[in-house]
Amino acid sequence: MEQSLKDKLEGLDTITGMLMGDLVVQLHPIPGPVPVVQVSIEGREELPIYVTCSDSQILCLCYLWNDSEVLVERRTELLETLLDLNPSVPLSSFGRIGDRYVLFGALALNARAADIAEDIAALSDNALDALEALSEFLQ
Amino acid sequence: MSVIKKVVTLLRGSAREIAENVVDANATRIYEQEIMDAKQSILEARSSLADVMAREMQANRAVTRLEGEIAHYEGLALEALNKAQEALAEEVAGKVAALEQDLEEQRQAQQSFASQVSQLKELIKAAEVKIREHERQIAIAKTTESVYKATQSISDNIGNSGSRLASARESLERIKQRHEHLADRLQASEQLDRELGDKALASKLAAAGIGQDADRQRLVMERIRARQAKPTDGQ
Repeated sequence: MEQSLKDKLEGLDTITGMLMGDLVVQLHPIPGPVPVVQVSIEGREELPIYVTCSDSQILCLCYLWNDSEVLVERRTELLETLLDLNPSVPLSSFGRIGDRYVLFGALALNARAADIAEDIAALSDNALDALEALSEFLQ
Repeated sequence: MSVIKKVVTLLRGSAREIAENVVDANATRIYEQEIMDAKQSILEARSSLADVMAREMQANRAVTRLEGEIAHYEGLALEALNKAQEALAEEVAGKVAALEQDLEEQRQAQQSFASQVSQLKELIKAAEVKIREHERQIAIAKTTESVYKATQSISDNIGNSGSRLASARESLERIKQRHEHLADRLQASEQLDRELGDKALASKLAAAGIGQDADRQRLVMERIRARQAKPTDGQ
């Protein structure tokens, strides 16, 4: 599985870099029980995208913030905003894994590197926009 | 219990618990076994179906043939009666009666095959629904597990590298600062380009004898000549 994700991501760094206007994009595999590759984008190192793969799909994830960073008094408002925003954000959806809020995009297992690159570029741009737009809900 | 219901229940616990418990190894094995069984029963049902459909076609053909034969012999019996061949007509009627019995049997077989065909088709459909449902449930369970395990690996990796996960605000600030810095640099380099461009233009103009710089030498010379012409000045 690890090998197959690596194969799928062949050339992903170059294609993503080109899509985002000649930025340097680096891939780092993350050790662990499931295949995960970290995608670092020049100038956005704080917001890496993680690509992981299960039996049924490829998932691109961007961690936005932790539950502990959310202003307690505005939490419900934030959650409702995220639900409302979800259908409007192209290619990306909001979600939560444990106590971490994420923006993610899911692709079919047979997606090509170019498809994944497009998802990553959209995810990175959307994550940055979302962070800026929603930072009023954070400490 | 559906897997989504199970995930919802587990979500009330810790993330680690979800990663470990969604895929109940035993339940998954049962599901996977059931999928294999269902696939096997589809294969068997398909092969029986082909067989039963062939037999149904044979019965259909026999019915058509027997109906034809009955009509033929009834015609012959009628002809015998018309020719006052009573005994012969009786004999042909016996033949028709036997054919009718055959026909009855073939019609029953035909009906029984038809109902077997529809039963087998139902069975295949049900097995296919079961497979799709089990595969969906396994996919949900495995995806949940995979996502939580990936998050765990990422957290561990950040922890091991010694770097603290910056808060979202800090990250945003840093990215924005970097972008601003980049924008400032771009602006500065544009300004520099412009200034250098101005200088280049000025020296080109001077070389062509145009502008203030080009005249500077001549003006100085004129001043000196003027002083020479009036040597008493300043004495």
